[in-house]
Amino acid sequence: MMPAMVMFVAPHLVHLSRVDVVIVAFYFALVLGIGFYLRGRSNTGEDFFMAGREMTAWVAGLSFLSANLGALELMGWAGSAYQYGILATHWYWIGAIPAMLFLALVMMPFYYISKTHSVPGYLKLRFGEPARAVSAVSFAFMTVLMSGVNMFAMAKVMQIVLGWDLNFSIWISSLTVAIYVALGGLRSAIFNEVLQFFLIWAGALLIPILGLYESGGWTNLKAQITARAGPGYVHLWSGLGHFNTNPMGIHWTGIVFGLGAVISMGYWTTDFLVVQRILAAKDLRSAEMAPIIGAGFKMLVPFIVILPGLLGLAVLPMKLTGEAAAAITGGHSYNDVLPLMLARYCGPGLLGLGVTALIAGFMSGMAGNVSAFTTVWTYDIYRPLFNKDASDAHYVSMGRWTTIVGVLISVGTAYLVMQFASIMDYVQALFSFFIAPLFGTVLLGMLWKRASGWGGFWGLLCGTLSSIGMWAWVKVDPTALRYVALSPDAKALAQDMYQALWSFLVCVIVTVVVSMATQPKSDAELTGLVYGLTPVPSVQNIPLYKKPVFWAGVVGVVFVVLNIIFW
Amino acid sequence: MVSIWFFIGISLAVNGGLILAAGIYQLVNPPENPNIVLFNLHANVWWGAILLLIGAFYCFKFAPGKRA
Repeated sequence: MMPAMVMFVAPHLVHLSRVDVVIVAFYFALVLGIGFYLRGRSNTGEDFFMAGREMTAWVAGLSFLSANLGALELMGWAGSAYQYGILATHWYWIGAIPAMLFLALVMMPFYYISKTHSVPGYLKLRFGEPARAVSAVSFAFMTVLMSGVNMFAMAKVMQIVLGWDLNFSIWISSLTVAIYVALGGLRSAIFNEVLQFFLIWAGALLIPILGLYESGGWTNLKAQITARAGPGYVHLWSGLGHFNTNPMGIHWTGIVFGLGAVISMGYWTTDFLVVQRILAAKDLRSAEMAPIIGAGFKMLVPFIVILPGLLGLAVLPMKLTGEAAAAITGGHSYNDVLPLMLARYCGPGLLGLGVTALIAGFMSGMAGNVSAFTTVWTYDIYRPLFNKDASDAHYVSMGRWTTIVGVLISVGTAYLVMQFASIMDYVQALFSFFIAPLFGTVLLGMLWKRASGWGGFWGLLCGTLSSIGMWAWVKVDPTALRYVALSPDAKALAQDMYQALWSFLVCVIVTVVVSMATQPKSDAELTGLVYGLTPVPSVQNIPLYKKPVFWAGVVGVVFVVLNIIFW
Repeated sequence: MVSIWFFIGISLAVNGGLILAAGIYQLVNPPENPNIVLFNLHANVWWGAILLLIGAFYCFKFAPGKRA
């Protein structure tokens, strides 16, 4: 989404006035202030790593969403909306909402009742140490690398948007995150993520409001985009009957089964970066409501991300291009559309708030990575493999130091990417290898009590290796895409969808076959971990409007209606 | 413990106040070349005022020592 080398040449897009600088500086002061304020409230492992398990549904839900709402996400998907039209909305609706509701209603009871600290921790309880080791090591490794890649990408964006020095951006943001997470642990990360959520909306919401005013409303905007780019840019589903009848080169089966059923399920239900926020909820009902609240707001995010990209198609005087073409011509790339729209409408003060929203997005993503890495390292790698019997205070101290070390490794990765840009693409690809198979393993673990420890381990390993194998196959022989993605017309995004689908199926098949050939755990060992053996507290005595299933139904209906409206 | 919503109130109120002040300054001393589209709508005035009001409400409602 954000190839590295291309941003060196463009001049910076916006100039900050004094009031803008004050707004940005105030943001840094406030997040650090929150970290210092919370430092005395993170003295136990439960406080530092799980935020005391006392978050309300709203705080956990907004934090859950905010950890995913990074600025690369904002800018990247706004650019994708300019490039592919309204199809980019699929990553916010079918690519998120069903998975969030599934997490809330089906999977959260097992995560929450098991009292696990992490997703690898659940795998330990359900499948044993080997499955946890594979999951924990791969997650910790990839999380800290992804954090570094995002850090570098952020520094490049700050350079292109504001003209800031790369080293300044990297160090100021990483030190700020290191300080407030090391001081206040997960509680500090969550508090700041909720704050960042509000800042992102406050800073970005004006663009679609003023853009719709300028373009004459949604109907006029659609007419302008159709005239300029084609009808495929304003319909969600009607162009997905074939690979070559939509700008994304994807078939509806890839969107529904690859994105909706596997990739999004894998990300939203098993990526510890987001699940950790829900585990900090104060009770099971809050833990179930949190993803539903997150889903409600997730449906609105296209308003501040996709719509600015579509507005850019209609109102920007220049034609944006891909990164490579922009580097050659000195013009603007798709990824510049959000800053360009910001500069188009926002004067002094508003510009500062918009830039603060971008910085807040970067830092919330980085803090999410660092706090998740710290927990997995301490509880799922350090404690079981290096020091089983240390005191709680020792693990908290380890968590604080791991936060610092994790940030430093991320900084190192950022500088490595600066030297070798292709690392960025590899790291982003590597991260996708683990998500789909992990979903298969966790899902079978929760819903099928016959799944054995070795079944879970070999399923996870084979699914991951198959994903790597398919990626390498297409890398070596690009024509192999016709086999992996089922069509010679398929493009890179379609490959991701089908690669996830196949690796998920490999994981499931291997898990089933190995489980049938090996000894399962006893029912007593699986109590609280598996469907049918987990006593879920009854919600019959609370009114309908307080039940998670009611609100999941409301969100589900709105989701269906939105897809029909924009069909 | 101070509520998270109080911190959000502070953030919105301070940012809203700064944006509103910048907008009023531009209203009184309009720049020759505003360099932005729809300058005539003075978005920083009304958007700053909205943020200031929401922030003030949160600060009041979730002030330390007061039960929400």
